[in-house]
Amino acid sequence: MIEVKKLVKRFGLKTVLRGVDFNATPGEFVVLLGPNGAGKTTFLRILASLSRPSMGLVKVAGYSLPNQAAPVRQRLGVVSHMPLLYGDLTAEENLTFYGRLYNIPLLNRRIEVVLDLVGLSSRKKDLVRTFSRGMQQRLAIGRAVLHNPEVMLFDEPYTGLDQDASEMLDGVLKNVAAKGRTVIMTSHDLARAEELGTRFDILNRGVISASAQRSNLGQGNLLTFYKKVLAGTDG
Amino acid sequence: MAESLDTQQKPSSNYFKAVASITWKDMAAELRSREMISAMLVFSLLVILIFYFALELDVKARNSITAGALWVTFAFAGTLGLNRSMAIEKDFGCLDGLLLAPVDRSAIYFGKMISNLFFMAIVEAIVLPFYSVMYNINLFNSGLLLITFLGSVGYIAVGTLLAAMSVQTRTRDILLPILLFPLTIPVLIAAVKASSGFLLGSAWSEIEPWFNILIVYDIIFIAVSFMVFDFVVEE
Repeated sequence: MIEVKKLVKRFGLKTVLRGVDFNATPGEFVVLLGPNGAGKTTFLRILASLSRPSMGLVKVAGYSLPNQAAPVRQRLGVVSHMPLLYGDLTAEENLTFYGRLYNIPLLNRRIEVVLDLVGLSSRKKDLVRTFSRGMQQRLAIGRAVLHNPEVMLFDEPYTGLDQDASEMLDGVLKNVAAKGRTVIMTSHDLARAEELGTRFDILNRGVISASAQRSNLGQGNLLTFYKKVLAGTDG
Repeated sequence: MAESLDTQQKPSSNYFKAVASITWKDMAAELRSREMISAMLVFSLLVILIFYFALELDVKARNSITAGALWVTFAFAGTLGLNRSMAIEKDFGCLDGLLLAPVDRSAIYFGKMISNLFFMAIVEAIVLPFYSVMYNINLFNSGLLLITFLGSVGYIAVGTLLAAMSVQTRTRDILLPILLFPLTIPVLIAAVKASSGFLLGSAWSEIEPWFNILIVYDIIFIAVSFMVFDFVVEE
């Protein structure tokens, strides 16, 4: 579903990604871990076609980036720490706007279904700026799944959420956003990552320095694995 | 695969529908908040009042400075609107939401340009009668209205492109006028000269060269913006 080979990204003289090799098969939930500045967000932005690779091969759902960006975007949903929603529009108007951009057939029906999935049907006529951060994030997930994408990218979706809102988001992520899709998520929350992911890749200093399947790692060992990899890379 | 849409048959996006959606979204948000139009309008009316009290003009002098005073007002008020229009897209990361849509990115440019032009037209529709009353000058001249429209198209065409460029920077509020005014000097000079010609009752042969400059400027800068917008918004 996602194939990346020798990906390099430079911003001026600074090289952020230094030859990343990455693969994700359909249905896989890959959690990308790493310290601040490791290049996680840059990597996701390249997969989302928001940034051009400096060198290397990037393929999503069989289409190469950046040349075939439009079909990739059609198959992609993105949730970041920003909601990507308009505060002066209602929840329903926001979804109507994005639905029109994606040219979704039977849009009103689809919006009803999505609002129901993220538990915001009763607030559909309310302005998004009146929503709590947790509600905005749930609506952001609704926006991202509106066109039923095959691949979901989550960039630190828990940022700024309190404990209750994070737990509620867990349910929406698992049952709405990730179900039946290929997911790549960046996170610093190792406990949540361990709960959600099927594979854990560690990105450090611009390369993927280790990767482990959840089945091989065992329950509760992610933090030890993470620390060990970083100590080995930094040492 | 999750939910109901068949992911193998993704609906193709419609260019004009995307343009109309972006314009609709901007108008719906602005008609609710009225932040941009209020700021542009208050600024414009204050500028006209300042001119009124600062310059004690006889009838002849009024006719000769009217075009300049009007275009100074429109240009500065337009900059306020352009800055705000793109800042809204940055507030909740909405620009990324637009860039993630599977539409040609020039559709985003035209959607934003049409809504900016609409807001500028609203301000002009209020400022012109106000100016007429304050200075006792009849500005409801079809030639002057046509020049106002052509000048606004040129100004907004370049302004929307440059606002998209400057919004990515930390100094966006000061960068836009610095970039915009040098580039719009031809359109502002042509608009002032042609407007003056109509107000002073000059022969068409004197107005025609300025009118032609406006037409050519509008065509060239809309075409250039259409071609380069994709590169301007990409990282």
